[in-house]
Amino acid sequence: MPAPFDLLPVLLQGLWVTILITLGGIAVALVSSLLAGLGRDSRDPIVRWTATIYVETFRGASAIVLLYWFYFAMPGLIGVSMPAMVAGIVILGLNIGAYGAEVVRAAIHSVPVGQRIAAQALNLTPWQTMRYIVLPQAALAATPPLGNLMIELLKSTALVSMITVVDLTQMGMFLRTETHRSLAIFSMLLLIYFVLSQCIAAAVRQIEHRLARGQDYGGAR
Amino acid sequence: MWDWEFAIRILPEILEGLGVTLLAVAGGMTLAILLGLAWAVMRRSTLHWVSWPTYGIVEFIRSTPLLVQLYLVYYTLAELTSGWLSPLWSGIFVLGLHYSCYTAEVYRAGLNGVPQGQWIAAKALNLTTWQTYRHVVLPQAIPPILPALGNYLIAMFKDAPLLSAITVLDVLQRAKIVGNQSFRYQEPLTIVGIIFLTLSILSGVGVSWLKRRVEASQS
Repeated sequence: MPAPFDLLPVLLQGLWVTILITLGGIAVALVSSLLAGLGRDSRDPIVRWTATIYVETFRGASAIVLLYWFYFAMPGLIGVSMPAMVAGIVILGLNIGAYGAEVVRAAIHSVPVGQRIAAQALNLTPWQTMRYIVLPQAALAATPPLGNLMIELLKSTALVSMITVVDLTQMGMFLRTETHRSLAIFSMLLLIYFVLSQCIAAAVRQIEHRLARGQDYGGAR
Repeated sequence: MWDWEFAIRILPEILEGLGVTLLAVAGGMTLAILLGLAWAVMRRSTLHWVSWPTYGIVEFIRSTPLLVQLYLVYYTLAELTSGWLSPLWSGIFVLGLHYSCYTAEVYRAGLNGVPQGQWIAAKALNLTTWQTYRHVVLPQAIPPILPALGNYLIAMFKDAPLLSAITVLDVLQRAKIVGNQSFRYQEPLTIVGIIFLTLSILSGVGVSWLKRRVEASQS
């Protein structure tokens, strides 16, 4: 293959790891942001405080510092260690999830109060109100900002190369020590990451379109 | 196992790195504030050969990892200029460039918030484009977006430890060196974690104070 593209076969060996960490991280982030977003408005003080402490810690400490701490410091401190790959998925997911919790909370607050009152008038239980009335509308409002967070997550997967995971970025570093073609290698990497983030953006637009069906609230098209 | 004596002994060395981190953030944020405004104004240009490439560049830089951008600039420019561009300066440049693409969006929102009538009135008064931006539009556009800019300052502070990947002697790099010498990572990395947690929560409080002030002055 011509000049910069001969690097592709080697670089793409790291692609699957990056995709795996991104998808795993997205799953962790969505679950934790939903739980923490609901938890921060809970009437139970223990749930509320747990959610608040989680959000403040995982948002306040930076992603790279969290990764280093959980991968290098935690084993020495409490004797528990986890594989680098798992650490990448869980920690990056929880980090983005902490930002997502605020998005979820804001989206739930954006559902008009009248909807809850109407649900009560229809004799729906609190669970039914949440499941069938509030969440479907909140999901639509939350989708665009959550989509942006997923792109942030993809970008932050590059950090796992610093805790020994062989992802796209680490593959590029290996290639660099071998060939010294820094400009070609890292431009190629940026291009691949750009394509991946455009894929996420396109998927999010699809989901938003799907969720907007049958709703006349929250910017249906 | 936590060793207090060791933790206290290494604290000064790690804190020394905090100066470097803060310096990098100060430099990067200055660049992000200036360059972001330039991007935002260029995107509003009626000349398509200005506004479209600007949109493309901003979108591209925003959707790709900071770490890879750091490697690209550090390894190509540093190698080309044979060490003339120090790691810290490469880091400041990349941090500033990366975040300028976020601040550009903030400025855009601020500029869109200025009523159309202000532009028309400026035109009626025969002001040039530069005069309109300088004396009419920007003084109204910037105060409401100060809290959002503050949030990106905090975000940049949290990304600054990535500079350790290009050998800048910041907080994280010093903690790593201490760890490599003593084979004890728990104390240095926990100290780094606490430093970041404290500073970002405190500056978060600062930003919400700023937000209340701005909202109060707007009403």
